[in-house]
Amino acid sequence: MNQLSFQLKGSVVTAIVLELYRYSRTQFSGELAGKVRQAPMFFQQTPVVISLEKLETDPSKIDFAEVIALCREFGLRPMAFKGAPPECVAALEATGLVLIPAGQVGRAVVPESPSVAPPEPPSVAEPEIVVRTVVEERLVQRPSKVITRPIRSGQQVYAEGCDLIVMAAVSEGAEILADGHIHVYGALRGRALAGVRGDDTARIFCQSLEAELVSVAGNFKLSDSLRELGWKAPAQVYLQDDTLHVVAL
Amino acid sequence: MNTREPDAAGKIEERVLAKIIVVTSGKGGVGKTTSSAAIGTGLALRGFKTAIIDFDVGLRNLDLIMGCERRVVYDFVNVINKEATLKQALIKDKRTPNLFILPASQTRDKDALSQEGVQAVLNELSRDFDYIVCDSPAGIEKGAQMALYYADIAIVVTNPEVSSVRDSDRILGILQSKTRRVEAGEEPVEEHLLLTRYNPTRVLAGEMLSVQDVEDILVIPLLGVIPESEAVLKASNQGTPVILDQETEAGQAYSDAVARLLGEKVEHRFLEVQKKSFLKRLLGGK
Repeated sequence: MNQLSFQLKGSVVTAIVLELYRYSRTQFSGELAGKVRQAPMFFQQTPVVISLEKLETDPSKIDFAEVIALCREFGLRPMAFKGAPPECVAALEATGLVLIPAGQVGRAVVPESPSVAPPEPPSVAEPEIVVRTVVEERLVQRPSKVITRPIRSGQQVYAEGCDLIVMAAVSEGAEILADGHIHVYGALRGRALAGVRGDDTARIFCQSLEAELVSVAGNFKLSDSLRELGWKAPAQVYLQDDTLHVVAL
Repeated sequence: MNTREPDAAGKIEERVLAKIIVVTSGKGGVGKTTSSAAIGTGLALRGFKTAIIDFDVGLRNLDLIMGCERRVVYDFVNVINKEATLKQALIKDKRTPNLFILPASQTRDKDALSQEGVQAVLNELSRDFDYIVCDSPAGIEKGAQMALYYADIAIVVTNPEVSSVRDSDRILGILQSKTRRVEAGEEPVEEHLLLTRYNPTRVLAGEMLSVQDVEDILVIPLLGVIPESEAVLKASNQGTPVILDQETEAGQAYSDAVARLLGEKVEHRFLEVQKKSFLKRLLGGK
């Protein structure tokens, strides 16, 4: 049915960011070798973004092709430079990697584990670079999933990475899941699970609450307890202080 | 070749191929075969050339309800396996012109139904029939899926009780996902609800779901409500489709359902408790 040979899609890729502070070939190579020795499998074929935002060494004195070559030697796969200083853009472009502007993405810094500190005894000359593992996450807005036909017993609908809107009834024995909110504009008689990937701000809104189970980020209530909290009436379900609240709308 | 309703004639000319109707339910014993026999006969009585196929391979019943069990020589599986032609296997009904029955094999199981085989039989029948009624086996496994795969119209037979309603809901889900129409991206299968074994007295007593309750849960158009009746059992045992007995409420209710299936507007009957007249009560009438 689909005649297209490809489709373009937004996506999130998890990569390691190597924040370079100082650079000298021997020091860099030595420390990198130490890191890789700690977890050899983890670094194999790992995509890496080299960040120059906090670079203290004069970038014009660094041979970036050499940096890339060293990374590759240890199994890392550099894919981009981030926060390139304007004076060395040309040199970086020559390496063939992508240039990402600094501070473009929000990021979550994974707390440094003790093992991240260089293994060398402190008596040795002060380490010149510190490699930090930073996991970057990019939020891509996805359109909500809208279902207009009834969801029948035995059917399962999952709105991945977005909200789920159902314009009809959800039957007993059906299951609806969403990473975001769930709206049901018919009777909700099946199971509804919002925030299934852990979003505890997700909510469930429904026109008539007759559900077998409602859940937000893994906190659930069964129909027996729902019967005391606005049964067959419009209601919303949300999580507050790890307690699931069911409130009439 | 046949005398047809004037308004239906135009439609038939446009559509060269037969309409395939599946009578299905999920749950067993709700009246699928009785309804297939009644509706198939009803369509034939209206002048449409109709074939009823028994998909319940291994648990053949349609031949008994249609009263043609002694005339079964070849069956559906023989035709699929090319051991017999369709012409040899089709049994012409003795009472109703335009009506043919394709019985199931009693000695085989559902694995004998291959997708290509079923398609070939339906294609061949489509060329010179107006309607093909597929009597589905119970369950949601291969036999039932095969019966509904090629359907244009689905009649979901439901009893007014919770387990039957839930199974019907399940089969409606399968109709929305596992049919040729869905896979080809065509208009979805037309869905109809046929409520059988309805007893207004027990509904009033709260022992049975009401029409409204069932409609609320399944949310599909109501084709008909067949009242619970001894006439249905009697007709089955005699091998006469109950629709042929127009004296009975069940027979009349099936006629109404066929009319609605053909797009006519007919009021629903037999939904309320009928008040017995003084004389009837005196005579102990049922």
